[in-house]
Amino acid sequence: MMRLRRYWPVAAIALAVIVVQIVLSLAGTTYYMTQLTMSAYYALVVIGLCLLMGYAGQASLGHAGFFAIGGYTVAYMTTVNLLAYRDTGLIRALHWLGLVVQWRNLYGADVLSFSPWPAFLAALALTGLIAFLIGVPVIRLKGHYLAMATLGFGLIVYRIVLGTKALGQADGISNVPPFHLIPGLEVNGRSAFRIQNYYIAWALVLVSMVLAINLVHSRVGRALRSIHQSEEAAHSLGVNTYRYKLAVFVLSALFAAVGGALLTHYNGSIGPSEATVMKSVRYVAIVAIGGMANLWGAMLMAILLNFLSLRGVFGTFDDAVFGAILIFIMLFAPQGLLRLPRLRSLSSLLSRRPHG
Amino acid sequence: MNFPLIVQYGLSGITVGSIYAIVAVGFNIIYSTTGIINFAQGEFLIIGAMTAISLYQIFPLWLAIALAVIVTTILGGLMEMVFIRPARDASVLRLIVITIGLSILIREAMLHIWDEQPRYLPYFTGTQSSTIAIFGAYVSLQVLWVLGISAVIVAGLTIFFRFTLLGRAMRACADDRMAACLCGINDRWMVTLSFMLSAGIGALAGCVISPVTLTQYDMGAPLAIKGFTVAILGGLGNSMAAVVAGLLLGLLEAFVVSQFASAYKEAVAIVVLLLVLVFRPTGLFVRREIGDLRAA
Repeated sequence: MMRLRRYWPVAAIALAVIVVQIVLSLAGTTYYMTQLTMSAYYALVVIGLCLLMGYAGQASLGHAGFFAIGGYTVAYMTTVNLLAYRDTGLIRALHWLGLVVQWRNLYGADVLSFSPWPAFLAALALTGLIAFLIGVPVIRLKGHYLAMATLGFGLIVYRIVLGTKALGQADGISNVPPFHLIPGLEVNGRSAFRIQNYYIAWALVLVSMVLAINLVHSRVGRALRSIHQSEEAAHSLGVNTYRYKLAVFVLSALFAAVGGALLTHYNGSIGPSEATVMKSVRYVAIVAIGGMANLWGAMLMAILLNFLSLRGVFGTFDDAVFGAILIFIMLFAPQGLLRLPRLRSLSSLLSRRPHG
Repeated sequence: MNFPLIVQYGLSGITVGSIYAIVAVGFNIIYSTTGIINFAQGEFLIIGAMTAISLYQIFPLWLAIALAVIVTTILGGLMEMVFIRPARDASVLRLIVITIGLSILIREAMLHIWDEQPRYLPYFTGTQSSTIAIFGAYVSLQVLWVLGISAVIVAGLTIFFRFTLLGRAMRACADDRMAACLCGINDRWMVTLSFMLSAGIGALAGCVISPVTLTQYDMGAPLAIKGFTVAILGGLGNSMAAVVAGLLLGLLEAFVVSQFASAYKEAVAIVVLLLVLVFRPTGLFVRREIGDLRAA
């Protein structure tokens, strides 16, 4: 019974997703679905970061870097033209394995590049590897040292994508082809695929939520929360704090990479603006406003704030809004917006505190 | 590379390095009294310079700079009283996130006030092209101003902390807040004062460097990263070591630019930061045993 209770918000959100789709279709305003789809991909980053910040208590100001590594890897691999090397043994072998595919781009030129699936898996592998290599030294640091180190990592990624010719420098990479997940399902930003993609993105968000909730309630999750409360105490009880922190760091980077890779396929492009420190700060702000150790709060705020931001509601004050949110939440509601006294009744409806 | 060229790069390295040092000293002043890293430290330089540039339309240069320093000092104090003081009992992480939010708000406010155009103050003496020769290298007069004013700031702070009652009270607070309170020192006022002090010296540094590097609304964050790198390199809280570390980073950057593409210049500080954080998070100038004790 207790177990089922944990998942009822999943069912509620799934129902809401369907209702929203029907309402938008009936009202003829399906274009809102485009922003909802994009917000869902950003929500994946936030879910991962929520695990790292809220549950393991480790701040990261570099998650836009992981998002960008995921996005840029698929963008590069699916658009790089290997046609000149077509007759080399390696490419033939890849072709025979079905890992590369020949297609015609917008300008009518033939392109031989990696198919989306191998590119996607490579993006995950690369992000996981980089997160691991960065995490090994960095995750030992505490407080502002960790914050600054991850910030430094984010800045380096930004500098690299901005300075590398193969990654398009300031223009980024465009003409990224759609991603055929399975026959009949593809991540594609064209309006004909709008409803399909809305469901793909949201299914992914819900699957991620279930994964994250299960993780939080598992032995690993309990270990993480013990680390958050008191690392020394956890350590003395035999929790290998370092290994757990590192594992969550890599896992949250992978969440960001999935979001980055799929959003890149959906948008058909990615640019350096996705790798800026401001993006990383936004993700942190969203986790904070959701209530740090509150997966549902973080997810809902990710959808709400990204949707408003993508619709251009904040105008030229876009970044300022996120800065103001950070200050406001940290000053007046460090437990998150949903835990403010007046909103508490609403919050108890929306989110059973995952631990408590 | 011939000798005059080395002098040339060396001097330009020392110039930016001394500005990094001032930013790092600003970090240290706030860190010692509160234990937090003020991410908005770089913004103080830009506010100071931008205010001086606007005031220069009406007032003579020296008065514009003096007023800009006063305005920024007051803003620094207000920032502490409005945003940091109410969260006094919060965790360090929460306070840091507040300063990140503040740096974004200040930056966006500056974007709306002064748009994205680079602006600059005039050279304090002479013009852009008036130089003097040192060992065969050409040195702008403004470089001498930067070095002179940085030296004055550091010397002034040393005297202030060592010999004045107020400075000693601040040091006492940094050392042991409870004991300082028991001696009748108003610790809250000391924290406010530390914000005012680092805002003030930041503003002055921003003004003096403005003719050389120009001033743009979004230059605060990169300066803060470099200042933080320098502060860590010297060991957090150790201002004298920060000056040495600042000059080191400045020189390193200058010589990297001389040998490699200037695109890598920005990466130098970050790589140094990551290396120091990983291998010697307590700084270069602290003996390891002492460092381990402090980090614990």
